[in-house]
Amino acid sequence: MGGAVPQLALVDCNNFYVSCERVFRPDLARVPLVVLSNNDGCIVSRSNEAKALGIKMGQPWFECKELAEEHGILAFSSNYALYADLSNRVMSILSDLAPRHEVYSIDECFVDLTGMPKLREVSYAMRERVGMWTGIPVCVGIGPTKTLAKLANHVAKKHPRSKGVFNYNALSEGQKSLLLQRIPVEEVWGVGRKLTKRLECHRIRTVQDLKQAHVPTLRAEFGVVMEKIQRELQEVSCIELQEIQPDRQQIIASRSFGKMVSELPILQDALSTFVANACAKLRGQGSHAAVIQVFLQTNRFRKDLPQYMPSLAVPLPYPTNDSLEVNRWASYLCERMFKPKYQYKKAGIMLSEISPVTHRQGDLLEGEVSSNGKLMLALDTLNQRFGRGTVKVSTQGAFKDWQMRQERKSPNYTSDWDEVPMV
Amino acid sequence: MKSAVLSHPEPVFIPEKKVWLEVCGWKVPAGFASPAADHTRKRIDLNEHLIRNGAATHIFKVKGDSMIDIGIYEGDALLIDRSIEPRHGNIVLAVLNNDFTVKRLHRRGGVIKLVPENPRYPTIVVKEEEEFSIWGVVTYNLHKLY
Repeated sequence: MGGAVPQLALVDCNNFYVSCERVFRPDLARVPLVVLSNNDGCIVSRSNEAKALGIKMGQPWFECKELAEEHGILAFSSNYALYADLSNRVMSILSDLAPRHEVYSIDECFVDLTGMPKLREVSYAMRERVGMWTGIPVCVGIGPTKTLAKLANHVAKKHPRSKGVFNYNALSEGQKSLLLQRIPVEEVWGVGRKLTKRLECHRIRTVQDLKQAHVPTLRAEFGVVMEKIQRELQEVSCIELQEIQPDRQQIIASRSFGKMVSELPILQDALSTFVANACAKLRGQGSHAAVIQVFLQTNRFRKDLPQYMPSLAVPLPYPTNDSLEVNRWASYLCERMFKPKYQYKKAGIMLSEISPVTHRQGDLLEGEVSSNGKLMLALDTLNQRFGRGTVKVSTQGAFKDWQMRQERKSPNYTSDWDEVPMV
Repeated sequence: MKSAVLSHPEPVFIPEKKVWLEVCGWKVPAGFASPAADHTRKRIDLNEHLIRNGAATHIFKVKGDSMIDIGIYEGDALLIDRSIEPRHGNIVLAVLNNDFTVKRLHRRGGVIKLVPENPRYPTIVVKEEEEFSIWGVVTYNLHKLY
């Protein structure tokens, strides 16, 4: 395949969370719709109608209340169980179509179409199949590198004439530079708002400017990462397709509370849920952790309240993925740090020093290792079968105060027998 | 966020359970191997038989009695496959003017009808100006008998 131009496609779901909500609510097909973040705080997904009304990404929902009432904008709480299921469906369809692919995020997938005949037809077929089978609209952008594929996807989304598919590789050199001159540098993958400002100082405003920027200056000012981005724009691949997700090196489970918490047992209760989720992830990837860290945070936006953000880590006596064992340490650490006069807004745990279970070193004094192995297996099986949180660690979820505010969540249409849609 | 690592020796939890020391950590098989061992087969998996395309199949529950003559009752669970191209005569989940409905699809000579399986309900003729799409084709009805 030596000389062939790589044909990397980025398949990206349009307004993914909103599109998921619409799959089971055809009556909302043209209603302006948004999905809110945890605790119903900010807007994390917008339908085209909501975008047209001027609603911004990340905007706090309370700021939009008036606009919402005036135009009948509907808001949903995040329904992660639904989004994860529909995402898995989209990704499995794509993986059947192209053997080499990388699931990049919940709504994006890189697919290698190099050497495939009839690229145009394949791309449209891919888009149609995902649309028909899942109900989720997607756009396809094709380029010789990941960065250009991502940019091509941006073009496919913005320009209705593309009909959802845009192939950068099919352009002539002249067309390429014309296109890149018209796209602001901010749209390039990895160039954020901060970098855009700094690039502006060097009169680098469009993608074409960045592509042609003086290499030594760019490297001296912005470092190797920016140089990589430039090389990618010059059609030299620097970011490889990562086909297999590497096992996580750290697992963090944390959340902001629905309302502030000031009692130790409630904090410990919240932590036990985080421990349960993190340990289930560990067991899912067949590994165990050797260090646990617990952190507590007060609400840093409430300047009127006293602030306290402690964090404490402890090496575990031996690596483990046992929820009960880890939970004991989490509770203990929490107790050590806890001070009663503060109001806590967030807590979390981080598991690190993660290694595959087979690598465990034996310890003469470690006692009955993995005595809970079978118990954990049973726990995972039950929770997978009957829904997360069916079987819990003693205190886990006994208090409801800290849990997420999700007043506008849609039913678990695809993951809960009692919530499947009625027709 | 300040972080401190507690070093050993820190408190050790003393398990309430007794710790048994084992002389030999594995079991030594003794006796005859099962004569059936070579003939084991995977048990029938209903998912494999009822679902031809997992990525495109969803479950819906039935409300109402418009399809009782072909044995689709209220509360039954329908398997609905979005990847099947709907054809004349299929039972489909249709979306008519933004509402879901399960009916038999009639499509002949440019006319689309949604036909109920209960004489008490009228056949719906889909008019050109109406918004109509087919969400998926019903492949199975799961009706609880016990």
